[in-house]
Amino acid sequence: MVSRKIGAKRHYMNEQVILTLYVAGLNPRSERAINNLRQLEGDYLAGRAVVSIVDVLQRPERAESARIIATPTLVREQPRPERRIIGDLSDKETVLKALNIGEIGSL
Amino acid sequence: MMVELDKLVTSIPGFDHIAQGGLPRGRTTLVSGTAGTAKTVFACQFLIEGIVRHEETGVFVTFEESVDDIRNNMLGFGWDIRQWEAEGKWLFVDASRGAEETIFAGDYDFDALIARISHCVDQIGATRVSIDSLAAIFTIFPNSQTVRNELFRIGAALKEMSVTTIMTAERTDEYGSVARFGIEEFVADNVVILRNVLDEEKRRRTVEILKFRGAMHRKGEFPFTIIPGQGIVVIPLSALELKQRSSTVRITSGNPALDAMCGGGFFRDSVILVSGATGTGKTLVSTMFIAGGIQNGERCMLFAFEESRDQLFRNATGWGYDFETMESEGKLRVHCVYPEVAGLEDHLLEIRRLIDEFKPDRVAIDSLSALERISTIKSFREFVLGLTSYIKHEEIAGLFTATTPSLLGGESTTEAHISTITDSIILLRYVEIYGEMRRGITVLKMRGSMHDKEIREFRIDLHGMHIGRAFRDVSGILSGTFMYIQPNEIDRMRSLFDGDEP
Repeated sequence: MVSRKIGAKRHYMNEQVILTLYVAGLNPRSERAINNLRQLEGDYLAGRAVVSIVDVLQRPERAESARIIATPTLVREQPRPERRIIGDLSDKETVLKALNIGEIGSL
Repeated sequence: MMVELDKLVTSIPGFDHIAQGGLPRGRTTLVSGTAGTAKTVFACQFLIEGIVRHEETGVFVTFEESVDDIRNNMLGFGWDIRQWEAEGKWLFVDASRGAEETIFAGDYDFDALIARISHCVDQIGATRVSIDSLAAIFTIFPNSQTVRNELFRIGAALKEMSVTTIMTAERTDEYGSVARFGIEEFVADNVVILRNVLDEEKRRRTVEILKFRGAMHRKGEFPFTIIPGQGIVVIPLSALELKQRSSTVRITSGNPALDAMCGGGFFRDSVILVSGATGTGKTLVSTMFIAGGIQNGERCMLFAFEESRDQLFRNATGWGYDFETMESEGKLRVHCVYPEVAGLEDHLLEIRRLIDEFKPDRVAIDSLSALERISTIKSFREFVLGLTSYIKHEEIAGLFTATTPSLLGGESTTEAHISTITDSIILLRYVEIYGEMRRGITVLKMRGSMHDKEIREFRIDLHGMHIGRAFRDVSGILSGTFMYIQPNEIDRMRSLFDGDEP
């Protein structure tokens, strides 16, 4: 069990984060999403995130079991509850807020 | 000549008739309707009929209802989707909204959905795909323009997979634009509209094929009904082609004098309308018709919508006909139905089912006017058309009765709506002669034959109907406005037209 900061604003600062990014092949949109995610990981999640990327064209059954409709979709599997962010993640502020993993003020 | 597109036989009962063969194969058809028009049933049945009748497998993409809801709802029709899933004939693509929170941050496409559909189609070799419903996608995804573009791409991808697809869409008005969100703009090739309209306080479901690009289809709205165990059943009505040849074989009306008036009897595959006021003897004519058939070894069927079984049998006995024995010998079947128990469409299907089962040579319906009470003029006309074309198709002789609202003269509304559909019309009338009521009978129309043009008097007694001489000194019987003519005037008139008589 990892310790968790207790407070009005819960930011999972020290918790493990599991993220899965679903993309459809290597098109410009996928690449943008992957780059945005890498940047985010480097800036906010260094060392405490497990990030995997699934190509739905190669692994459609993964898209099926996760019920993914749109690509790219980023799924925050841990911490619970699950959250889904649809799009190429170019709107970083929204992504950070949705993932709830960093101080927005630090951007 | 136009080259017909290849069509996929849907096997949704009656639909292929109006679609003239089925849905354009390898294309997408938009099925649009307001809430409660049975779009999901249509989408499910499209796959089910494929599985059951053609060994074709199907993929169902649901955006709206959960997979479990669909499985459970369809059980009500006797459709066990779980079983077909287990047999690898049906796959769900669950695109319904989950419990998890979804946030939008940037551009997206529907490649994941396309990949999933394509994966499922490959997995079971599906030829049919249903997507239900597009409206839900627009509520999940905020950017309508993106969704429209993506749906267009899905359509293109489905074409590539060579599957025949139904997409359902929501509309707000029964007679407004095809669908919400401008959906028709990108899947506009083929459009089917389902309606559930309140017409004169009666619910009426109809299906209309708005367009099939490059393919033929029937125009206009066709009624349909939804039956447990069968699902949607479209009633093709006039779409039933009257391609059977008209028979020249005569059959007896059950009364030799009436046969003579008709020029030697009814034609074997004709439809006869008997119209008259209450008590003029319509039920007797249908009873004679039935008894005459049975005497000649034909199988007969009587649908009674006005009288109870007891009453009917007692009447028949009173005229010297023993329905009891005829039925116990398996030559006759009598169905007494209270008209209000079902809608007209359901009555029609039930009548057809019973006819299919018994395979009669003759069918009598007493009376059509009772059915008219429970419907709108439009669906009544459609009903009679449907029934007429069906029994003609089966080469059955049909006799329908209709009741005129006034005792003297006039025409029944039934008559007004269906007289052109029937082959022969027989009128029964009350005739007042110097303060005494008598009965008159005349053959108004006899398609394809000469017939007696006179109005003859008839009596009813314990042995049935006795047709006598023509009324010579009364005119205006049909209109109910009698005029008495002096005999010498009649002679004068006859001499004027001497030699005209055939």
